[in-house]
Order: sequence, then C-alpha cells, then structure tokens
Amino acid sequence: MTEREKSHTFVVYVENKPGVLNRIASLFRRRGYNIESLTVGHTERPNISRMTIVSSIGDGAAHRVEANIYKLVNVLSVEDVTHATTISRSLALIKVDAPEESRHRLMEIVRVFRARVVDLAPRSLIIEITGAEDKIHALVDVLRPFGILEMVRTGQVVMRRGVQESSLPKGAQDDPRPSQQKTGPELTGADALVEAEHPGSV
Amino acid sequence: MSERSSKNATPRKLTGAEIIWECLERLGVEHVFGYPGGAILPTYDALTRSRVHHVLVRHEQGATHMADGYARASGRVGVALATSGPGATNMVTGIATAMMDSSPIVCITGQVGSTVLGSDAFQETDITGITIPITKHNYLVTRADEVASSLREAFQIAASDRPGPVLVDITKDAQLGACEFDWDAAAPRAHRQVPDFFPAPAKLNEAAALINESQRPVILAGHGIILSGAGEEVRRLAETADIPVALTLLGLGAFPASHPLNLGMMGMHGEAWVNQAIQESDLLIALGMRFDDRVTGKVNTYALKAKKIHIEIDRAEINKTVQVDVPLIGDLRHVLQQLLPLVKPNRHSEWWSQVHVSKKDSAVRDIQNLPDSGHLYAAHVINDLWRETKGDAVIVTDVGQHQMWEAQYYHHEKPRSLITSGGLGTMGFALPAAIGAKFARPDSEVWVVAGDGGFQMTMAELATIVQEKLNVKIAIINNGFLGMVRQWQEFFYEGRYAGTPLLSPDFVKLAEAYGIPGLMVTQRSQVVPALNTSRFHAGPALIDFRVEQEDSVYPMVPAGADLHAMIRRPNPLVERPTDD
Repeated sequence: MTEREKSHTFVVYVENKPGVLNRIASLFRRRGYNIESLTVGHTERPNISRMTIVSSIGDGAAHRVEANIYKLVNVLSVEDVTHATTISRSLALIKVDAPEESRHRLMEIVRVFRARVVDLAPRSLIIEITGAEDKIHALVDVLRPFGILEMVRTGQVVMRRGVQESSLPKGAQDDPRPSQQKTGPELTGADALVEAEHPGSV
Repeated sequence: MSERSSKNATPRKLTGAEIIWECLERLGVEHVFGYPGGAILPTYDALTRSRVHHVLVRHEQGATHMADGYARASGRVGVALATSGPGATNMVTGIATAMMDSSPIVCITGQVGSTVLGSDAFQETDITGITIPITKHNYLVTRADEVASSLREAFQIAASDRPGPVLVDITKDAQLGACEFDWDAAAPRAHRQVPDFFPAPAKLNEAAALINESQRPVILAGHGIILSGAGEEVRRLAETADIPVALTLLGLGAFPASHPLNLGMMGMHGEAWVNQAIQESDLLIALGMRFDDRVTGKVNTYALKAKKIHIEIDRAEINKTVQVDVPLIGDLRHVLQQLLPLVKPNRHSEWWSQVHVSKKDSAVRDIQNLPDSGHLYAAHVINDLWRETKGDAVIVTDVGQHQMWEAQYYHHEKPRSLITSGGLGTMGFALPAAIGAKFARPDSEVWVVAGDGGFQMTMAELATIVQEKLNVKIAIINNGFLGMVRQWQEFFYEGRYAGTPLLSPDFVKLAEAYGIPGLMVTQRSQVVPALNTSRFHAGPALIDFRVEQEDSVYPMVPAGADLHAMIRRPNPLVERPTDD
C-alpha cells in the first residue's frame, strides 16, 4: 500500500520511568511529524519497556528522528525496522450495526477474515480482529456499508523474524539501572540510508 | 544501616538540602549563581553550612547565563539555582542558550511539595515538562534519597559527549526529608559507551585517502575543537597537509588567528574569500561543527564540488543538513589522533594562490592606518580593544552587529577567549555571562562587548558585579538602534525602521548610580585613552561608545542565499585603506 511506503516504523527500548513517552513524543511534535500509532508495553526484562512507533515521514526525517531518539538518556536502543523482515500485528474491536437481516452476512465475513464476534447485542455486535494492518483495513472496508458504530485499534506491534535477538544491549537484563550500552542507528554515507530488504510479513 | 556506616565512613543522615551542597562540594563546585524563593528555601538554609560561594543574581536568566559563561570560560560545569514557578521559567532562555551552544550547565530548581504536584499550587510550574526540548536531560526529584544520584548523574550528562544543560527539579519535601547519605552508592551508571565511538579503521583510511588526494581542501573548524581540547591535533593536521582553516563563530580561538593557515571566519558575516574557498573546495573537513544555516547559506548550492568528511561526537548531526561522504563519530581529539598517522605531508601552493587572488579583491581588515574621518565606527573600537589588550582578554559579546564586528576585528589566538551566544542568539547574554567568566578566570581581563539594546535586557546584573566586587570591564557599542535588525530592514524591508530606533538611559550616569565609573566616547581619538583608563582602573568600568548610527556589517550573505553571493560594502568607509 502507498500508505505503508510513506510510513516508518521504529522499535524503541526504554527505561520504564515517568516522562519517557513525553520525551520521545516531543521529538516528533517539535518537527511537526504525526505519530500514526504508538504502542508501549513490558518486555521480557524488568523495568524495560518496548515501544513500536509508526509515523508517516520520509527517509531523511526518519533518520533524523531516530538519531535524536537515540540521544535520549532513558532510551536503551532504537531501530528503524521499516525495511527489515518483520511480523507486524495489531488488534481492532469493531462495533457494527447488526439488525436481524444483516447478521448472517456479517457472520460470514467474520469467518472469512478469521475474526471473532466477542459481543452480541440486539442491534449490534462487536468483532475482534488481529492481524497485519492491511488485513484490518480490508475488514473495515467490508464492514463499512453495514454501519460501523464504534472502532478501536491498538496500533501496531512489530517483531523481527528469525533467530535474531532483540536490539537491546547485553547486560541490561539484570541491573534495574541498566548501563547505557546503546545500540542505535546504522551510520551511513550519503547514498546508503536505506537497506535493500523487503518486508516479508503477510 | 549501622553495618554499612561502620564499613564506610560516608553514610550519615542528612537532609536532601544538605545533600545538595555536600554533592556540589564533592563535585568540585566553587560558585553557584542563584536567586532564593519559597520552594528552594530549605536549600538556601543549608547553604549557611556549606563552603560553596553563592552569587546572588538580579534575575534568574542572569544565573543561567553566568553558569554558562563560567562553563565556557573554564570547561567545567556551571551551576545555577532558582526557586519553583517564575524562578524556574526565568531560566528557560539561559537553558536554551546553553543547549544550542553545547555548554555544560546544571540548573537546580526548587519545586512545590510532592503531595501537591499538579494541583496548581502557589508558584508551581511543570519545569521538567517545559525544559524537555531544551535540556540534554532533566530530573524531577521527589525524595531525599534520590538527590545524590540525580545530581551526580546530572553532572556527568552535562559534561560528557556533546555537553549541554541538565535541570534537576527538587520538591520541597525532598529537600526537607532526611536519609542516609552515601556518596559511593549514588555513583552514576556508566553512561553511553557508544559502540562505534572509535571509528572503524576502514572509515579512517577512507578519510585519510580523501585528504591525501585532495587538491583544494578546507578545514571547517568548529566549537567541538574547544570542547574536545583538540587544538593541537587540528594544528598538526592543517600543517602536515597544508590545509587552509576556516572557522565558525564559536570556533574562533580554536585555531590561532595569527597562524598563516588561518583563513578567517566563514558564513553569513564571514570573510568573502573564506566563503569563496569553501565553494571552490574539493574537500571539506568539518571538525566539531554542525553546518548551521548561518554557515552554509543555501544548502542546495553549498560546496557542490567538495567531498565532505565530518568528524563529530553527536551522530544526530551527521547528514542533518549537509550530506557527507565520510562521517567519523567520536571525540574529535581521539579521532584526529588516530587519523593523523595516516595523513601524508602535502603542499597545496596552487590552491593557496587561488585563495590569495580572491582575498586581494576583498575587504581590508587592518584599519590601524586609516585616516581619522571624524566618525567613530564600532570597528575602530573593537580593533583598538584588540590591540590594547594584545588579544589576551576574554571577550564576552552580546548578539547583533557588535558581535559580528567583534568576530571580524578582534583576533582570537586562544580557545575560550571569545564567549558568545551563537546558536540561539540570545540578547542580554553578555553581561551575566561575563560575570560567570570572571569567576571562572579571576586572573583574566574580562570585557563585555554589548550593544545598547542587548545591554538593557540584563543590565540589572551591574548590581551583581558591584556586590561581588568583580573587575569586569564593559564596552557598550551604542548606535541608537537595534542595529542588526535595522540593517535587515535597510537591506530587505526598504529601510522601514519599525521598532528599531532605541532610546537609552545615560549609561555613564547609570554606571555611576551603581558606583561604577563610566566614560563616554564619541571620537576615534578618545578610544585608546578611554580603554586604558578603564583597563588600569582597579575595578569594574563602563564605556559608552557612541558609534556611527546606521553602519552595517559587511560582507553579508542574505539568509537563504548562495554562500558565494555576498553583499559587499557599497560605499567603503572603514575597510579600505585608501578611503577617507
């Protein structure tokens, strides 16, 4: 999708402290960049959170934001995974207008999309779907004619495929105050800002 | 508790306020620039039991500029102290100034009690929120036992990597509360061991090859040379490969002005031949500089023939505005030490003669032998100040025309001899920053060079000079206008002088009101005697130089124009020796 080409996805490991989200969001805000989605949650290691940030920005802007996220004291690592081979998922809850006559067709759609009905009320139902953004997007398109009453989406979470470990530096797992051994943006010359890998997730 | 204290002499029960001073003493802080208030009162009370010298400022902005001036003059961390709310917000301009110019300062602010945080309590403001974009890092400290570790980490962050300001906001209850003080346990964690801090040999070889092959190289010397202490390495690089050295405003002093390889200042008000050389160059070697827009002019036409090597400690500066061919990340001095053995001795006589040709047709800066036309120009004042002080003074400038004339006519031989607000361009910077510089270097002759506009922004600090018995000399370049803005109005707004004509008090009388001797100078012949009267007075002195009102700074690259498209002085007055 063209939408996808224009956006960049960052995976950021941060110390779980007050204000960290503000510091990161501030780097996008001051440049006038919009954040499309942002998810934060715990990781396999205590006191360390992982963010997935999606923003519709060009390559130059992405490089600049990434380099500045890297400089934040509470940031342990940052990686632009836009061109890496990743699995990307998000979840949506969609409440659809569902009078008796359209329920059957809605159930059919839910089955095709491998979604789930998680609430059934006299005039509406709530559909839960998990998947890549495109899949959710497609379901929403199909449901729209029925009348979407309410929708909530979690935003994307992204993980690299294969055996590669997280970009979190070693030694960070035991110490609650991890040493600032950082991994950050790849340094490149003028012409080599973008790797030539292609996204392989479905 | 008792086990630890028996093993280690350090732990003992102190209040958060006492811990602040204990930490500052152990961190080697001698002077703190501050202003008391409700939320910082416990800390001021504990000050009475501390060896640290507190300098009472007249406005918290002054405190931050003093800390900044102290840091720039000494290379050590400067410290400013203020209360919550308005005390803290008054610091914002000074913090932003330090951020833009990579100056290591630590600002400590009092905050309302932790239980009322966010309740719009009296003099409460979210200063950590406000300062996120203008600090390297900041802390909200709500417990006494977090004070020591926060302060130690703050000092380390302020001074390490690319230096900058750090703010530590400490709630009143954290100052009042008591805890075991354990210096060792509060040691900051190892901060930022960048994996590629030492560039790969391949990258070094690539850079060296470019240098060795270059026919028309130029070194772009920036502030990072001073911060890294790399002056000697830069000199060796320039001399080994016979490379002309162009300096940024904040780089002045990083490479001696009298050195034969020194080209002069680049950029908007830099020398025409320097900008010309940059545009003609086939290799730019950028050392601790960030391709600021005041240096590059229009980026699309900047040094198109040149390959670019960028040695820089802050990786976010790489490819930010100008795309470079070989970035080398790391401490400049360390990187140059590794690079130097790979650089071959070289001569570029053809390139030098090309530079000299373009120099010939440019302005002549030696105004010493110009006949006296009866007019007093700022250039005379600055040039005479340079000659009388033999270039040995620490000059602290404000922002505007006088700042550019200082950069053009005072020739800086040593690092940290020019202190000026380059990145943020903060008017009102000079007087307080000079106070900080004088505390850092009490044996140096310290001169404020300020315009009549900027001086009035922070002139309340004259009282601080007197109260602290400081020997700071002040030269006001008084032209009755906000001169640089007037110049832009003349050049780009058809001479419509909106809001730029400026009324000032009688600065001589003003100085006298503070007990500072003042002199007024209107003739060129009076400049040297006035300078020396002031210089040999054992205490502060102020001179009001009434200079030509509508003089402009030349040459000039208009904002956003090509670097080589400079506006030259249309009717030469002071720059050509043949002129009357």
